[in-house]
Amino acid sequence: MDFLIAAIITIVGISTPILLAGLGELVVEKSGVLNLGVEGMMLVGAIAGFAATVLTGNPWLGVIGAAVAGALAASLFGFFVLTLNSNQVATGLALTIFGTGLSSLIGLSFVGRIVPQFGSVFPPELARDPLLKVLFGYSPVVYFALIMVFAVGWFLKSTRAGLILRAVGENDLSAHSIGYSVIGVRYAAVAFGGAMAGIGGAYFSMVITPMWAERMTAGRGWIALALVLFAGWRAGRLLVGAIFFGVLMWMELNAKAGGLSFLSFAQYIPSQFWAAMPYLMTVVVLTLISMRDRVGLNAPACLGKPFLPAT
Amino acid sequence: MANLNRRHFIAAAGAAAAAVPLAGGTAFAQEKIKIGFIFLGPIGDYGWTWAHNKGREAVDAALGDKVETIYVENVAEDASAIPLIRDLAQQGCKLIFTTSYGYMDQTITVAAEFPDVKFEHCTGFKRADNVSTYNSKFHEGRAVLGTISGKLSKSGTLGYLGSYKVPEVVLGVNSFLLSAQKQNPDAKLKLVFIDSWFDPPKEAAATETLINLGCDIVTTHTDSPAALQILEQKGLYGFGQGADMSSFAPNAHLTAIEDIWGPYYVERVQAIVDGTWASADTWDGMKEGTVVISPYNKAVPADVVALADAVQAGYKDGTYDIFTGPIYDQDGNLKVEEGKVMTMAELAVIDWFVKGVESAA
Amino acid sequence: MRIKLEKRQEPSKLMQVVTPIASVLLTMVVGVVVFDLLGIDGQRAVIDIFLTPLLASYKWQDVAVKAAPLIIIALGLSIGNRANVWNIGAEGQYIIGALCASGVGIAAGTAGGPIIIITMILAGMLGGSAWASVPAALRTRFGVNEILSSLMLTYVALQVLSYLVGGPWKDPNGRNFPATAPLQPDQTLPILFSGTTVHLGVAIAVVLPFVFWLLMSRSVFGYQIRVVGSAPNAARHGGFDGNQTVWLAMLIGGGMAGLAGALEFAGSLKAINLGFPSGYGFTAIIVSFLGRLHPIGCLIAGIVLAVTYVGGQVAQTTVHIPNATAGIFQAMMLFFILASDIFVRYRVRFIPSAKAVVQPAPGE
Repeated sequence: MDFLIAAIITIVGISTPILLAGLGELVVEKSGVLNLGVEGMMLVGAIAGFAATVLTGNPWLGVIGAAVAGALAASLFGFFVLTLNSNQVATGLALTIFGTGLSSLIGLSFVGRIVPQFGSVFPPELARDPLLKVLFGYSPVVYFALIMVFAVGWFLKSTRAGLILRAVGENDLSAHSIGYSVIGVRYAAVAFGGAMAGIGGAYFSMVITPMWAERMTAGRGWIALALVLFAGWRAGRLLVGAIFFGVLMWMELNAKAGGLSFLSFAQYIPSQFWAAMPYLMTVVVLTLISMRDRVGLNAPACLGKPFLPAT
Repeated sequence: MANLNRRHFIAAAGAAAAAVPLAGGTAFAQEKIKIGFIFLGPIGDYGWTWAHNKGREAVDAALGDKVETIYVENVAEDASAIPLIRDLAQQGCKLIFTTSYGYMDQTITVAAEFPDVKFEHCTGFKRADNVSTYNSKFHEGRAVLGTISGKLSKSGTLGYLGSYKVPEVVLGVNSFLLSAQKQNPDAKLKLVFIDSWFDPPKEAAATETLINLGCDIVTTHTDSPAALQILEQKGLYGFGQGADMSSFAPNAHLTAIEDIWGPYYVERVQAIVDGTWASADTWDGMKEGTVVISPYNKAVPADVVALADAVQAGYKDGTYDIFTGPIYDQDGNLKVEEGKVMTMAELAVIDWFVKGVESAA
Repeated sequence: MRIKLEKRQEPSKLMQVVTPIASVLLTMVVGVVVFDLLGIDGQRAVIDIFLTPLLASYKWQDVAVKAAPLIIIALGLSIGNRANVWNIGAEGQYIIGALCASGVGIAAGTAGGPIIIITMILAGMLGGSAWASVPAALRTRFGVNEILSSLMLTYVALQVLSYLVGGPWKDPNGRNFPATAPLQPDQTLPILFSGTTVHLGVAIAVVLPFVFWLLMSRSVFGYQIRVVGSAPNAARHGGFDGNQTVWLAMLIGGGMAGLAGALEFAGSLKAINLGFPSGYGFTAIIVSFLGRLHPIGCLIAGIVLAVTYVGGQVAQTTVHIPNATAGIFQAMMLFFILASDIFVRYRVRFIPSAKAVVQPAPGE
């Protein structure tokens, strides 16, 4: 039992940052924009959150700082692809390179510093019992991520604003002709995506390992991108996908450490296979989605395409 | 963006500029002998490169009136290192330290182009008339950590977070566990390779996994303090790697293996100044002061401190070697007979784990 | 006053040439300001990053060797980008290409000579194309977005590399370090100028842009690519098969990336370790755009990007900034060039609003 609880806690730790960044990217893609700069925005968020916490001494302000910095980085991307209609793929990649460089530069003066930690959300007595700990023992950011899963799902499915956002992603020209501001909606979505990626990045530098190191997100931004596809652009499935990734890494580590007897076969599987799994699965899922409906009921039809109104 | 697997926080490369005079260089710089350093990570990494840079500073302090040191940090372990090493040679360096295994062939290549320049390659095994190799017996430090762990571990199950199955790490694992077994014959070790020198989130998850599998002490052979931070949160113990990392985990940090390169660097630079430098293969350890154990945490009781100090003393006077038989491998085969001591050559290429290492790999 | 954009009938030729130069200059200016704000000697950093590699002759070989793979990959990608086929998995195709070349080298054992070298290069191209054929097949068969699938496969390729160099292809004399055995001296590409690192791959990177230029401007294939990209409907009426274009674009893009990988392996690195993937495949996308998808543009842009890499290393020792900082400049250049696209496609007119001060409309 204790083993299971600890396993869940580890998996939650692995899943949370990619879930946060994935939720942001999900909304961005639903609005018809493909932002490949997730890794860069996460790094910007990681250093901004860390720096803000060091400077203010308050982790809450740190998270807000991370969100703002992520949103700003995303808005830069938005300015180029939305206002100036530049190519989304190239601009997104440039954002990642930019964010990596900027975070390294800013981080120079933060290497080796230590930050104050979040207190627990719930009374610490609640988290003492191991069974309750699995429910109440996490950082506030984890609960925020979970709430956001439902919030994003609900927003996209049941709100008018969500409907408009989907309409913009599905058919920008007709949304435009009805009178919606395609560019405005997309700006909002892109900024939201950046804020979420920023918080996801801050989870690394403030919660998992409270420190700053260059490139400390170690490629998780790309996993988050894969996750959105894996989830078929649905918030609920994104949660499943994030947990799936967490379980996969947890299984790899356990297999290597000889932890689980039923996994003993797995120690003969090269670890690279585990590491490649999320990406392979994503390609498979993408193919299945595309096979099921060629028009792509879930995949936003305008994904990655510039908005070019006739006028 | 694809650099997931390199030692330290590295990326593409670093270089020295000969075209423009170095900022802050003194007018007398030309008269001093130039000494170059190629570093793997940033000098602020609190680990491998940080330690090498301390060694460089020791040279400055000891011989600053005769020599001038130049360094390049963040140099990738691929062909892009060649122009950077060559750069230092072209700038007039008389001695160049290349401080990571992955610069081996690059160092040999450039050394062939500059027969008058001397090179020192860290942890490698290829030498030439103008190329020395040097290494440090990190495993002697692991023996101290293992001794402490064997005593302090309640579960008798120790965790080891490894990067790759290279001789340095295998030696560390074996030395650590053999030492622990001297204190607790039933001690076992769970080992996880994370296939990276630096991946803080994965290091953290791996540490949690090891803890969950019953390890109450986890030692790391990867470069970030991530594991220590997790151990601190859980109220368990671990050790610093390469440098004193107690600031990251004041309670969990029992002690650390510090890499001290200063004495060796000063000695070799002095040899250049004196004109007595000759190619050599040096593998120093505690005796020479290359491997140093940080101050112990107060959580280490006096009797355990005494045991740990005894191991240190044994290494310093040459009366102790953990790789003394009988040693059995993972499958129980006798690898080193009773009373025999493994030779340096055997240690340098070791690829098997001792009995009690429970993981695959 | 407001700004009005008028679509040009034809993209401005002048602007196509002026904007990239202006972008680089603007990047340098902004760089100085931003770095000064961060407390770093900005002028010095910009000089070291953009000028030192050009002024110091002994840096030229480094620039050439760095530029070669960028140019070769960007050439292939430009074809796809022109046809609206987005292969962003060049990094993976580059890795697989190098691995295939390495496989030939390992299979050859101690045998060397031109035949082995040519086989390695061909294997690299085939490998890159094969890796790119997966997204091509998924796109043409099932309609899977090739941006996403090619990106995912890059990460699979990284793991393939990690597996091979850490397992079956590990150098038996390498003390267990994850790397392949170095190539024999007669298995590596010839060096063009003795005493330098400039290998045959650099010559290939200089010649190929002109080949591609001819191909794109003179052949039916080039015409097809351009038509499919700019007017897909017209292309369909004209009898050009969209699927065929996707296949061609992906195979060429993958083949060029694989070629670059093979040349980098056989010319520069001579062994493959975990540090082999250095992001050339991603940077080449930037090169392709900076070069405006034109073969000669790619040649120039590849050199510019290589200069910033080499210059970034210079700046590391002089102003002690992390080498990732060069990325800030690379990204800025691309941002500016993408933004300046607007001047190529549109005429910008300033139209005075009713009450604002009258501003003369700059005509052209």
